[in-house]
Amino acid sequence: MTFEAFMQNLMNGVSLGSLYAMIAIGYTMVYGILRLINFAHGDLVMLGAYWVFYGVAIFQLPWWVTFPIAILLTTLVGIIIERSAYKPLRNYPRINLFAAAVGVSFLLENLAIVIFGGRPKAFSRPGFLDSQIKIGNVTLVSYTLIIIVTAIILCALLIYIINRTKVGMAMRAISKDLETTSLMGININHIITIAFAIGSALAAAGGILWAVKFPQLNPLMGMAPGLKAFIAAVLGGIGNVWGAMIGGLLLGVVEIMLVALFPTMAGYRDAFAYAILILLLLFKPTGIMGEVQAEKV
Amino acid sequence: MAAKRNLYLTLVAITVVAILLWFAQENLNPYYQRILTLSAIYSMFAVTFNLIFGYTGQFSLGHAGFAAVGAYVTALLTMSPAQKVANFFLQPIVPFLRDVELPFLPALLIGGFVTVLVSLIVGVPALRLRGDYLAIATLGFSEIIRVLLVNLQPLTNGALGLKGIPSNTNLLYAWGMLGFCVFVCKRLVDSSYGRAMKSVRDDEVAAEALGVNLFKHKILAYIVSSFFAGIAGGLLANLISTIDPKVFYYTLAYQIVGITVMGGMGSLTGSIISASLYTIFLELLRPIESQINIGSLQIPGIPGMRMVIFSVLLLVVILFYRKGLMGDTEFTWDALFRFLRKPKGRNDQEGKVA
Repeated sequence: MTFEAFMQNLMNGVSLGSLYAMIAIGYTMVYGILRLINFAHGDLVMLGAYWVFYGVAIFQLPWWVTFPIAILLTTLVGIIIERSAYKPLRNYPRINLFAAAVGVSFLLENLAIVIFGGRPKAFSRPGFLDSQIKIGNVTLVSYTLIIIVTAIILCALLIYIINRTKVGMAMRAISKDLETTSLMGININHIITIAFAIGSALAAAGGILWAVKFPQLNPLMGMAPGLKAFIAAVLGGIGNVWGAMIGGLLLGVVEIMLVALFPTMAGYRDAFAYAILILLLLFKPTGIMGEVQAEKV
Repeated sequence: MAAKRNLYLTLVAITVVAILLWFAQENLNPYYQRILTLSAIYSMFAVTFNLIFGYTGQFSLGHAGFAAVGAYVTALLTMSPAQKVANFFLQPIVPFLRDVELPFLPALLIGGFVTVLVSLIVGVPALRLRGDYLAIATLGFSEIIRVLLVNLQPLTNGALGLKGIPSNTNLLYAWGMLGFCVFVCKRLVDSSYGRAMKSVRDDEVAAEALGVNLFKHKILAYIVSSFFAGIAGGLLANLISTIDPKVFYYTLAYQIVGITVMGGMGSLTGSIISASLYTIFLELLRPIESQINIGSLQIPGIPGMRMVIFSVLLLVVILFYRKGLMGDTEFTWDALFRFLRKPKGRNDQEGKVA
């Protein structure tokens, strides 16, 4: 492989990995706080992409109006899901929460099939995302870079919120011990809702950029990025925000590089992430950044 | 006395049901037969999922993958060599499968065993751990299976799928297999193994402290569950006679979760009732997806609406009626007699009837 080809693949991998990372953060935040695998997270990715599609195709809005509206709407959906489906079950066995998450995901997918239609829709990229950029001998499509830059900005913002603000401190406290945190006078319902809102907003942003990178929408499109992002979160150490970013990047780069090095394996690309998951569970289930947690009785 | 009476009653009931099924197979219209057969298959899915989820507390979402493996193995073993050659026109089928043609029952059982072997690849690492990895690992497993089905052209015919699978599945096969499956599951959950499984579900730490081998009991439930799910997949393939990787999308696993939760986690009776109701209602709701003509007025159908109704119903059950149809109680003769004797007092006995 020439240096140019390598750089090109690397950039593609990093941009795919940034998408995984953005989506994985939502998973890992919810898991860190509620110990819930939010199966509906992938469907929020799908929703984000569809809002933009309708904003651009039906309402003819410019992208800089559509993108924020799409993120806002998805965040709203995320909050509604948390308030109506997850909050009432918080004190029940976790298995009920699981079932509720699957139920929500199933409902969103089926609603999407009815409302948006089951046939795939073509997503048209805004012009500035579709131009060619030449750096030395490496040619890139501009969205590759923009995805990476957006991901870095959003992740930096998130790290700031978690580490430097009171809300972030409350989130970290809840992930250590929900009950004690509520005894300290912190409104946990409020904080959990905020965590869901942030996760959903990131999922929507990830979904929009996903649609920019893979411009075909269908109601079940959220599943693959959702699952892979979860694997990225496990890879980095579930519950750890830094881990989610590193895991996402790693998964994206390895996935692209594998196909670049072994083109005959291209058909198996989607199975590869799951194979990583199984190996990971065998050898290092806590992930790269994860700490071993003592089981609480 | 009562135990003996119950045994006799059970035997009589099984005989009656068998005669009814045989009679139905001879006389009932094929459309209704198909619905009843499908009910039995979905019941098997729900019962097997209940064993691993409702009784053992392990959230396994691999049923679509299990069903796929069972379906493809059974289909490839029962199809005639000529059919296979006709199917595999892009790339010839691997030689060791080309000339095999087995009767239905052995093919089903082999399908079940192969499903177990394949499912263990993901089950062993995921079940060894505490926590929630199983759900994602098994969901990933279904996706791996689907990717393999699409890509292993000489083995599975890829995205084209298999056509012309002999329609071996009938009412007797389906309900007979369901009976066998329920018998095994019921004996298992009533044994000391079953008690250990329930203790794992209720509190893993406490169970382990009492000397329950967590991994052993989880994997036992997982193996039995995947075996019968594979058989159910084989039955499905030989009922619908055309399969391709899209049939086994992960939404199938979601449907099975829904059916089981609605029937009641930890109730095999509930799973069967819920699966049968689900199959029948889905057929009854079919008109809302097709165009309705009233005189010159045309109301367009809404494709996919049935599933929306089902998922809303599922969420309502999860949120407001957490026990589902049956809670964790089973149908028993004693409960039936008690119900018949004082039909009004049954409300304060609910939950105690086990």
